[in-house]
Amino acid sequence: MKILVPIKRVVDPNIRVRVKSDHSDVETANLKMAMNPFCEIAVEEAVRLQESGKATEVVLVTIGSSLCQDVLRTGMAMGADRAILVETDAVLQPLGLAKLLKAVIEKESPGLVISGKQAIDDDNNQTSQMLAALLGWPQGTFASKLEFDGEQVLVTREIDGGLETVRLRLPAVISSDLRLNEPRYVKLPNIMKAKKKPLEVIKPEALGVDITPRLTILKVEEPAKRSAGVKVANVAELVAKLRNEAKVI
Amino acid sequence: MSVLVIAEHDNQRLKSATLNTITAALQLDKIVVVLVAGRNCRSAADSVAAIAGVGKVLLADAAHYEHPLAEELAPLVVAVAKDASHILAPASTFGKNLLPRVAALLDVAAISDITRIISPDTFVRPIYAGNAMVTVQSPDPVKVITVRTTAFDAAPTTGGGAAVETVDCPAALGISSFVSHALSKSERPELTTAKIVVSGGRGFGSAENFKLLDSIADKLGAAIGASRAAVDAGFIDNDHQVGQTGKIVAPDLYIAIGISGAIQHLAGMKESKVIVAVNKDAEAPIFEVADYGLVMDLFAFLPEFTAALN
Repeated sequence: MKILVPIKRVVDPNIRVRVKSDHSDVETANLKMAMNPFCEIAVEEAVRLQESGKATEVVLVTIGSSLCQDVLRTGMAMGADRAILVETDAVLQPLGLAKLLKAVIEKESPGLVISGKQAIDDDNNQTSQMLAALLGWPQGTFASKLEFDGEQVLVTREIDGGLETVRLRLPAVISSDLRLNEPRYVKLPNIMKAKKKPLEVIKPEALGVDITPRLTILKVEEPAKRSAGVKVANVAELVAKLRNEAKVI
Repeated sequence: MSVLVIAEHDNQRLKSATLNTITAALQLDKIVVVLVAGRNCRSAADSVAAIAGVGKVLLADAAHYEHPLAEELAPLVVAVAKDASHILAPASTFGKNLLPRVAALLDVAAISDITRIISPDTFVRPIYAGNAMVTVQSPDPVKVITVRTTAFDAAPTTGGGAAVETVDCPAALGISSFVSHALSKSERPELTTAKIVVSGGRGFGSAENFKLLDSIADKLGAAIGASRAAVDAGFIDNDHQVGQTGKIVAPDLYIAIGISGAIQHLAGMKESKVIVAVNKDAEAPIFEVADYGLVMDLFAFLPEFTAALN
């Protein structure tokens, strides 16, 4: 079974972004970039499935500028076999991304797609579900455990009330939650090896897909700031403040 | 035209997130239609019909809707949404799983986790863990939206008198099926609707220590939350995680104990009315959002605080 893992390059999750002064977007120039943390978990899961003999090949795909090659190399250093960059500088939104991914999947015919549940920049949590819809495949979103059973996969999902297990017919789209695994640290020799792995660059036009953004961004603003609070000296003062000042207990 | 709300329920009882979603829907249009899809879910449909402002309830009752499988529900939503200008669901794991699939079937954008409605085509939503708010406009013929429930009040559960209309159900696709669930059982209030939340973090050190929060939660009638670090370490189950990709809470009082305050955690709780932070590290970022900060070791704090509440 071939596994395709779509990944995204995002601002490092530990960086607090600032809004541009013209309110057109957040400022991302010169910020440290990284693979989206949920995508790292997806890559790790695919690589583990290959290491345990359940997968035959792990193919990464990302969509964006030529700079995105770095996260593809990182994913290949984690163990993926090869990578595809759909190179474009266009503004991308989940529906367009899902359409591009569908076109790539039609060429690659994977038996499983594993992606991250959410990109930590736009926080949409949409692309995997949209991709599954366009392919007519089942979706195992927010997955914390996968178990294969012949032509089916059992997916344990993190839901609001706890955990849910569903059985999906393969091929299927899985989106990873935090507890699916803990991604490995990439070792230097593997980084060197990854440089020699194949990285194919294709253009969206070659896939014949309309990726025009649907939503217009009117403005981006800072959220309302919380006013600075006070430090209390001890528990008695805290309880007094909560009772008499805030009146919340 | 009308606004279609997808109800979240367990076949008997409506999930309260649906009430907040209905409030958002009523800001868009006077005519709000609610789809209740399930199996033997008439009682859930009846409770929706009683909600003030609901114009009509569509009841889809079939075996393949017993559990909310997105594969089965998405074609049903598409079928009943023919006259809808908007399709709304709560931004819960139910809504987040289902609505993007619906949007793709309709070939329209989905708009996640809205916190404000500016006009019927313009919405505000958080990005970058709530460190920026984006205003987006949608030209699509139908807007598919998940609603951040803490940003909208709950609609009154009484005062309505909508008719319940049974709708035809598309045949089962059978590409997915429910196997089992392990739902957390608790006598405590639900995390996302509790008036008071006490949350613990990595500082607790073990699952056993994490249970020290129980007595405080019991005294305050609070729900228990957790940081990602506490959940990853196995101190408590995943459904207690508060944050960017966990649950969003906005209680009257949020008490963060032994939580450093990573951006991702703050994203889930910074709309709380009053925030208390207790941490032995005076430089912990959680203090930047706290109304009341106490620099103290949590193991000294817990017994003293419990005693003071008596």
